[in-house]
Amino acid sequence: MDKTEILIIGSGPAGLKASLSAAGQGAEVTLVERDPFLGGQLVKQTHMFFGSKEHYASERGYKIAENLSREVKEHPGIRVLCDTTALGYYEDGIVSLESGGRFTVIKPQALIIATGAQENTLMFPNCDLPGIYGAGAVQTLMNVHGILPGKRVAMIGAGNIGVIVSYQLLQAGVEVPAIIEAQPRIGAYHVHASRVRRMGIPIYTSHTVLTAHGRESLEKVTISQIGPDWQPVAGTEKELAVDVLCISVGLTPLTELLFQAGCSMAYIPELGGHISVRSDTLETTVPNIFVCGDVGGIEEASSAMVEGSIAGLSAALNLGFGVDSYAGKLAAARRELDDLRRGPVGEKIRSGLERLSSFREVAQ
Amino acid sequence: MRIQNHPILKFEKGRRVIFTFNGAEVEGCEGEPIAAALHAAGIRVLSHSRNYKRPRGFWCAIGNCSSCNMRVNGVPNVRACVEPLLDGMIVETQQGEGAVGSGIDG
Repeated sequence: MDKTEILIIGSGPAGLKASLSAAGQGAEVTLVERDPFLGGQLVKQTHMFFGSKEHYASERGYKIAENLSREVKEHPGIRVLCDTTALGYYEDGIVSLESGGRFTVIKPQALIIATGAQENTLMFPNCDLPGIYGAGAVQTLMNVHGILPGKRVAMIGAGNIGVIVSYQLLQAGVEVPAIIEAQPRIGAYHVHASRVRRMGIPIYTSHTVLTAHGRESLEKVTISQIGPDWQPVAGTEKELAVDVLCISVGLTPLTELLFQAGCSMAYIPELGGHISVRSDTLETTVPNIFVCGDVGGIEEASSAMVEGSIAGLSAALNLGFGVDSYAGKLAAARRELDDLRRGPVGEKIRSGLERLSSFREVAQ
Repeated sequence: MRIQNHPILKFEKGRRVIFTFNGAEVEGCEGEPIAAALHAAGIRVLSHSRNYKRPRGFWCAIGNCSSCNMRVNGVPNVRACVEPLLDGMIVETQQGEGAVGSGIDG
């Protein structure tokens, strides 16, 4: 049977950083990724990141992915297995893998789960028509494969993803007649929202999609205003002729492996659903299983990277690596994470994390 | 509907290859996902729902949701959104759930 000191599942921003920080402490790392390439969803992020230099400010997401991926591949302490899907976690600590139709097993001494998240759907009549896609899916099609999703695209959701993808659609030459947001206010960072407005895309707050129309695929959608009771306001219906509707209404963590491993889970809506209870060093209630990035609570790529570092350092420490440098490195990462979660934009995350921490004693 | 000029990105595509979709010849780029090649060719209906036979396209495009499962070279339930396109592939919209072993054992 294959063995490794630290197994990391998922090579998005969290998994890449976890690999580098664990290997940097001297641990021997195996990184598995189901895609043929490293980087997770960073590979389709063309916008520039904010924050300080440590958070890769002014760098575009796909460039960050390129640089980190190269570092990981060149690191002698990291074994990279692409095209490899982690299928399950077993009671004896074994993880099963599939690659090219072959089934193998591996036993790690510590496990870091960095599997990310999936896009939420939205229910309305004909919501299953071809042409109604996740906003991230459209980003993949457009920014990774160079294919336009359609000619006229409406966006549901004015959070960061909805607004950023709308801007990227314009950049690629697609018409965006509307961004529709059910909340009375725009959720995206101000800088992103004002940019799409300057480009002439109206953002309809307190609006929702009532129904989609089309025979074989999407032809138009009916939208309407919603009142404070969240019910459609009669007489405010509007029809938009669009061939694509993008849905950007949040993400749900991909927690299957955490549940399988028996980690204590708590339902925290602010963080996207079922979240694993964990210590300040991101260790779950199952010793030597760590969690980082979106699977541990929906946030964004910058904080996923810092969480990856914390999980990597802490998993390595559990195995006796980097004892001397641990405290200093952990404190620096902590400060970065606090910076990223400061202010009104971090409010939801902070309250979610606080609620999650109240489950710790229950779990023990 | 392929992007010709993009202000930020350059796309390095594989060579042009021919595959079939429900018997008709379609052109795509080698190595791109089957669903991406189909979309570029204007084909958006990839499957039909099990009970009501409603048309289905892709949803997540990252291999998670099963909305784009197709028959490829006779093998059912292939995730068309992540399966790389190869020259001469036989791609079909899938009817029903597909049987275990079909296409694999011939």
